Amino acid sequence: METLLDVENLWVKFPSRQGVFDAVRGVSFTLGRERLGIVGESGSGKSMTGRAILRLIRKPGIVEADHIKLDGVDLLTKTEKEMRAVRGQRISMVMQDPKFSLNPVMTIGSQIIEAYRLHNSASKADAYRKSLEMLEAVSINDPERVMRAYPHEMSGGMGQRIMIAMMLIPNPEILIADEPTSALDVSVQRQVLDIMDKLVKERGMGLIFISHDLNLVADFCDRVLIMYAGRVVEVCEADKLHDAKHPYTRGLLNSLPRLDQPSKRLEVLQRDPEWSQTPSVSGRI
Amino acid sequence: MSMLNVKNLNVWFGKRQQRVDAVRDATFEVARGESFGLVGESGSGKSTILRAITGLAPNWSGQLSIDGNPVPQKRPKAFYKQVQMVFQDPYASLHPRHSVDQVLGETLQLHGFRDIDNRVVKLLDDVGLGQKFRFRYPHQLSGGQRQRVAIARALAPEPELLLLDEPTSALDVSVQAEILNLLTDLRADRNLTYLMVSHDLSVVGHMCDRLAVMKSGEVVDILSVAALRSMEASHPYTRQLFEASL
Repeated sequence: METLLDVENLWVKFPSRQGVFDAVRGVSFTLGRERLGIVGESGSGKSMTGRAILRLIRKPGIVEADHIKLDGVDLLTKTEKEMRAVRGQRISMVMQDPKFSLNPVMTIGSQIIEAYRLHNSASKADAYRKSLEMLEAVSINDPERVMRAYPHEMSGGMGQRIMIAMMLIPNPEILIADEPTSALDVSVQRQVLDIMDKLVKERGMGLIFISHDLNLVADFCDRVLIMYAGRVVEVCEADKLHDAKHPYTRGLLNSLPRLDQPSKRLEVLQRDPEWSQTPSVSGRI
Repeated sequence: MSMLNVKNLNVWFGKRQQRVDAVRDATFEVARGESFGLVGESGSGKSTILRAITGLAPNWSGQLSIDGNPVPQKRPKAFYKQVQMVFQDPYASLHPRHSVDQVLGETLQLHGFRDIDNRVVKLLDDVGLGQKFRFRYPHQLSGGQRQRVAIARALAPEPELLLLDEPTSALDVSVQAEILNLLTDLRADRNLTYLMVSHDLSVVGHMCDRLAVMKSGEVVDILSVAALRSMEASHPYTRQLFEASL
């Protein structure tokens, strides 16, 4: 498989008064034209991994890696100006909550048009047409009305679909989705995932899907990295996630209540300090 | 005698043209010692029912009774000794500048307890936190620990009915398991009655005996957890909800 993104030995460090805190410790993986899931609890470093790829970690945070190669070019050697051409254009990111990632005082139309014209030299009329098409592609019924509306007039599910439309309009090669559905209802969740899946497949994009929901990832992705305390503890095929070997993954799976297997008490995850000591498993292929 | 009886409950927000009917004609009953679930999409009015019961949604009509006593529009102090609520987000529901000791102590004092010192210690032990957390502030606690404090605060007046508004949806699955176990144990120890709102059917399946399904402000279906487990739903919307969450 063709490799779009190649990350080798990625570290994210935050210096503090108590010494340096390592949020991500030596993570390596490759991404082809596939859906790669990253799962873990809060604080496991999964979102930091996604942000580090786009060099979105603010100071005093430090990103270190042997390389983060996009099509053979190391992103770490690029200047901030060159990075701006990568963000959105070649790699884009969908954040968790549309409420906080859409501009509340701009109409949705002008935000999408802005995203498109920033990366393509197109006339306003072209950009408008393109934006309508994109909104239709994410199953928004009444795109003309939505273009004129403000974010607060949209429901969570619609907001998230608008975010996806905005992120996909420059036609990036890689989409990083950081918990794109955790603010949504189950019924809407499925719909948003289907749209994302369809677009990713049609355009032959690589997708990094960051989530804390094991079942969702097992269902939706091709390959999964399981993170714990900044390290990748296990890599497996998504459909084999339920046969995972690592005690952490097993513990997470067992702590979920299940409708088909009722029990009086749920199993509680017993953490082994050794998990955070063993070196990261590589997710390269 | 049922612990909670909700009959033809209507809750609305706004006036005249602005009026939104958040809950329409909801009727259900929760027996003493039972755990009852409310499920539905966001905006279906499930949290609004809890807020109407505790008096946080002032515009309501219909009949509410707790342990056979009708609930008046203005709730007396004794009401809050019987009914307490745990909120969804432990990051927002604890006062950031009050220590755990202040939060629990104030609640106990308001309810007229005398031996506050002993009771704070006991409450912290009951929710599995222990004394070393007594003088901490919320920002020094993890999400799960905060939710334990919120549960301790709700337990302080020794209520009989606990209203749980998505108590674990802001928590990780591993922490969710701990909190759900704690709630199970507390119910057994203190013979509590739960009314629990959740959008997660498997959590409701684990915790509850019966559940009501809500859609755009109306209770469309009431079924047992056995029916939920076997996915036997008579109402088309319930079936749709089951399929979506599979």
